[in-house]
Formats: sequence, C-alpha cells, structure tokens
Amino acid sequence: MGIRIGEKEFDKRVEKGLADSFMRSAVTEAQDRLRTGRLKAAEELGDWESWRDLGEEIRHHTMENLDFYLQQLSENVAKRGGHVFFAETAEKANEYIQQVVKEKQAKKVIKSKSMVTEEIGMNEALEDNGCEVIESDLGEYILQMDDQDPPSHIVAPALHKNKAQIRDVFRDKKGYVNNDIPEEMTRFAREQLRNEFLSADIGITGCNFAVAESGSISLVTNEGNARLVSALPKTQITVMGMERIVPTWEELDVLVSLLCRSAVGQKLTSYITGLTGPKEDGDVDGPDEFHLVIVDNGRSNILGTEFQEALHCIRCAACINVCPVYSHIGGHAYGSIYPGPIGAVLTPLLDEYENNKELPYASSLCAACTEACPVKIPLHELLIKHRQKIVEEAKKTEASERFAMKAFEWVASTPSLYNMGSKAASLAMSPFTKEGNISKGPGPLKPWTEIRDLPAPGKERFRDWYNKREKGGRRK
Amino acid sequence: MKVSLFVTCLTDIFYPEVGKDTVELLERLGCEVDFPESQTCCGQPAFNSGYHKESIKVAKHMVKTFEGSDYVVTPSGSCAAMLKEYEKLLADDQAWQEKARALGEKTYELTEFLVDVLNEEDVGAAFHAKATYHTSCHMTRLLGVKDAPVKLLSKVEGLDLTSLPHGYDCCGFGGTFSVKMALISEQMADAKVKHIEETDADVLIGADAGCLMNIGGRLRRKGKPVKVMHIAQVLNRKEKR
Repeated sequence: MGIRIGEKEFDKRVEKGLADSFMRSAVTEAQDRLRTGRLKAAEELGDWESWRDLGEEIRHHTMENLDFYLQQLSENVAKRGGHVFFAETAEKANEYIQQVVKEKQAKKVIKSKSMVTEEIGMNEALEDNGCEVIESDLGEYILQMDDQDPPSHIVAPALHKNKAQIRDVFRDKKGYVNNDIPEEMTRFAREQLRNEFLSADIGITGCNFAVAESGSISLVTNEGNARLVSALPKTQITVMGMERIVPTWEELDVLVSLLCRSAVGQKLTSYITGLTGPKEDGDVDGPDEFHLVIVDNGRSNILGTEFQEALHCIRCAACINVCPVYSHIGGHAYGSIYPGPIGAVLTPLLDEYENNKELPYASSLCAACTEACPVKIPLHELLIKHRQKIVEEAKKTEASERFAMKAFEWVASTPSLYNMGSKAASLAMSPFTKEGNISKGPGPLKPWTEIRDLPAPGKERFRDWYNKREKGGRRK
Repeated sequence: MKVSLFVTCLTDIFYPEVGKDTVELLERLGCEVDFPESQTCCGQPAFNSGYHKESIKVAKHMVKTFEGSDYVVTPSGSCAAMLKEYEKLLADDQAWQEKARALGEKTYELTEFLVDVLNEEDVGAAFHAKATYHTSCHMTRLLGVKDAPVKLLSKVEGLDLTSLPHGYDCCGFGGTFSVKMALISEQMADAKVKHIEETDADVLIGADAGCLMNIGGRLRRKGKPVKVMHIAQVLNRKEKR
C-alpha cells in the first residue's frame, strides 16, 4: 500500500468523504467516545499536565540521543541472539523481510497491527512474491477482507465502518450468516483466525516501543493477537520506526501510561507485552528466531530540523480523535495512512510536499490537537511551519495569494494606507450590500459569500467614532 | 489605570459597535482608555498562511504602535495570542525580540483583563435573554483564557446561559481556512449551528469577531433567527425591565 492511499486529488478525496454520511456518523460517534474516555482516564490519573511534561521530556531526550539508544538497542538485541537490520528505505526493509521469508520457505505470514509495515507497503511486497499475509488485528482483518480497504485511523483502522457494514463484509467474503452484534462477529473472526495462527510460518509484529537497555520490544494491544503472533510461529520479525524507542523500562512505564489513556481511555490495555530476543532454553513458547527491522524511511531527515518534534509521536491518535476537520472528511481524505493532524504534519515529511501540499492547510489551526497530545507536540505550530516552507522554499502558493499577502504587508504596516483602504471598503462594498449584509461578494469575497453572509462594512468605522467622541462620554 | 485599546481590524471595520462597547465598559470600570491611531492588524492572516516575512513588518509596526502603553487590551483572544507570538516571530533580532516580549507581557484579552487585572466579575450588566456562549479556540487553547467569560456572564442580571454542546469544537473559521477549505469550513459551521439550535438560545455570545463573523454569517444564510453578540456588547448592556 505504501504511505499514499486513495485518489490523487485532495479535493476529490474530500468531496468523497463529505458525501459519506455513514462514515461521518461512525467517525463522530467514535470520536465522542474516545475523547470522553481519554479525559476521564486523565482525570483519574491526576496531575495530567505533569505527566505530559514528563512524556515530552522523555521523547525530547530520546530524540536528541537517538543514535546512542539505537546502538544500545541493537547491541542488546544481538546479545540475546536476535538479528538487527537497519533499513534506510522502505525497499531495503522489504528486501530484508523477503530474504527471511525465502530462507524459511514461508508460505504464510501472520501479522499483528503495525502502521510502519503499511508505510513501507510490506504486505504487497510479500504477496507479490507468493507469500500469503494475514492481518490478525480485528480492524485490520476486516479491512484486508474488504478488498484491502486502507486504514482511516492509526489506532482503530476500521473506524470509518459501522457494524452493519462489517457484517456485510463478513457475509460477502466469508459466508457469515449471523447478525451484526459485535460479540457475534468477533467470535466468528476469532474462529477464522485461530486456524491462521496455527498454520503460519512467520509472525510479524510492529513495535510500540523498543527498550534500549534490555534489547526488548513492547506491544500494546487489546485483543491478545500480538501474543499469539509472537508465541506460535517459529520465526518472528518485528518492524519498528527508528524513533519508537525508550532508554529504559522506567520511561516505558510513563509512555505506556500516557499511550493507553490517550488512545483508548484505558489505564492499561488488556495486554502489554514485553519481549526480549528469541526463545531461550526453558521457555515454553516464543520464536526460535527473532529479527528486528528498524526502519528509517525518511525519519533521519526530520531529525535536527524544525520538525523534529513530529518524531515524538507515540501514535495514540488523541489528535485525530479531537480534530473537527477529520470528523467531517474522515481518514481517507488525507490520502495517507497517517491521517488527522499528525498525518498532516508527518506525511509531507515522509513522502513529499508535491503530493501532499494541501495537507498543512487542512486545519483551522484550532489547536485541539496540540491540547490533546500526551507528549505535547505543537501540532498546529508545525502545520504553520509547513505552510511557511511551502511559501518560502517550495514557492508553491499561487501568484494571486503571494500578491495579496504582499499587499497586506504593505497596508498593515502603513497606517495611511490602512486608513484609506478601510475607509474605502464601505463605498466599494455598497453595490453588493443589502440590509447591512453581503450575500454575493465579488472576487476574493466569493468563496466566503458562497457559504455565509458577510456583514457590510459600515460608513463609520470604530476609529471614526472614537475620534469624534467626547472623552468619557456614553452613548446611552 | 491607563489602557490602550487594540480594537482589531475586523472590529474596526465590520463591528464598530463592539469597539464602542469595549471603550465604554472599560471606562465605566475606571480605566482611562486611549486608542493609538496608527494601529492596523495583528498580521495573523499572513502569519498563519506561512507568510512570515510579510508578517514581520506588520509585527514591528504594531510593536512600535503600542510601545508607550501600560496595558494593551483587545476584544479578541485570537489577536491577543498573535501579539504574544511576536516574540518568537522577531527572534532573529534581539532588540526587536525584547520589545516584542514587552508587548506580549502587557497584552490582555478583554475578559481576561476584567477578571485577572481589574478583579471585576460583576460589571453591573443586565440583559434579559436566553443565550449560549461560544468558546473561541485561540482564546482558550493558545491564550489559556477559559473561565473569565463565563464568570462575567454568570453575573449578568437576567441572562439565562445554557452551555453549548460540543463547545470545544472549532466553528470552522480559521482565518484563510474559511475560504481555502470552504467545503470543510461549511460543515464545521453547520455542526456549530446545529449545536446552537439544540440549546434553544435566542442569542449566541462570543468573544472573537472572526468566529462571530463565521457563525453569524452562516446562521443568517440559513435563515436562523439567532442573534449574534460579542461579549463586550452584553457586558456593556444595562436594560430596564
């Protein structure tokens, strides 16, 4: 799949999203539930702002010393008999994974949820080489079954679907005959998946955080599927983005506390798994072979830039769950597997501006995202920084806009021009004014008045009144 | 207490009544209000669109305009937040940055100034109406002014204030967002209109002209009878029953 999904044109994707009332009501409902859950969990924990400060500090420290911790991690993985591969690009990561698949003569891979494997398009790469890939996270399983429908949310990938739609997918693709009660459908999926677990040759997991001090990986799930993925097959491959690392178990504790609460409003998810290397003598389960693939794929280009904080993200989706833009257009409209505010920040960095130039503008800068982020990424500020880059470096904005902004600079820094312009506004608008309002504005006012009325500028500005008035006098 | 009013360009041009009420309200509470005439706009349209070079010149002009002021008070949380942003914007020049910091430190949004500086919650207003209050994003999230407006409104005689469902959601204004992403903005405004209607309020009160222009414009376009008022208009209101 890769990072980019859906139609090429942003406008078309948005129109499609806006027209999908099923999706929009499913998203609004889920956002409400997740938002309320997060706030409640944060309140129960108490002193949430200090926890956020701590989270930010940990992420900042780790990114500032990322080279050190990655080195420490790989040494410790190797010490425990695991194999580590640094993949500079998506292609190199896929090549390595395929090589392992080939060596093991694997026919079937079972996966737990992993966004980075979506980012590098791992499933397609494996399938193109004749290896079957089964998603075991329930959401991902549904999407895979529905002709590879892309995820629309980084935590709840099938958020855009309601239960009736899911029942239809099960019915059409797997011959499911029962109703759309979630428990029934889950039981059905579980039965189907159990056989896949038992017959898979390789298990592939993502990684919520790797722990540098012990060479461990951690997995945060609610379904227990990641445990089966890492316990049953003889070979385990874990794929992680290079920034998904903590120095020690102590920091893991803090970040997992923030993650579970921010993502799903739980103190802890049902399963928090810590795994260190392959099976050792005396272990009852676990893989004989363990591979850790650390993916760069553009991340090191973000390090050391004004966008470094984007790498602080712990993939909780709290920003997505409060975003009013996401609420209306849905995840697919972003055209990236990383949607919402963090997606709008991250996608142009990992992909490129050319294909994603609208994303930084798909925000009203309301800062709900920044307020929700458990590690205090200033998301709305990063969106403005993107805009600045598009203006100053990429020079991708339209000539009319550049001209308008130049004129604005001139007028707003020259009182005489401002005075003249604002005085002339009333006269200029008078042909379009009716009952003190403009409902069909000319030229640049058109996009505004297509949707809303505009109050007409009055003959007397505030400053005209002020200059005439008697100091301290009241109108009434 | 001497107070300089930064009226904001939107209020100056589109909502002069809000400016008048702000002046009278501050004077009624004992402030001496002046209006530095060279003031223009805070520069936010350019800054938020990524035109930072263009906004720097505007920022410097505004810093100069208010150099002699003790307090700068403005009836907009968004514009107040922009004035506080100058410090970062002008970071390349230490002398200017110092001046920008000084401006940021003496700048207050109107309701914040009333409650935190003047220590006034009951400003003696009376307004008999059923109303709801729209919290503006920049005022609450960038400036951190959350309680002041509600404290003030709760003391207004006769005002029946119902809380607005989903009040935390943006109304869809977002400056240039409202025209650049017009279709999305429209949906956000419609969601806001729907929630306002759920309150049965006759009046929508807000504290930022940008939001009010957007919500008010959409309400009017849809033929909804809800009246839109700035909080300064409510707080400066005294009516006989």
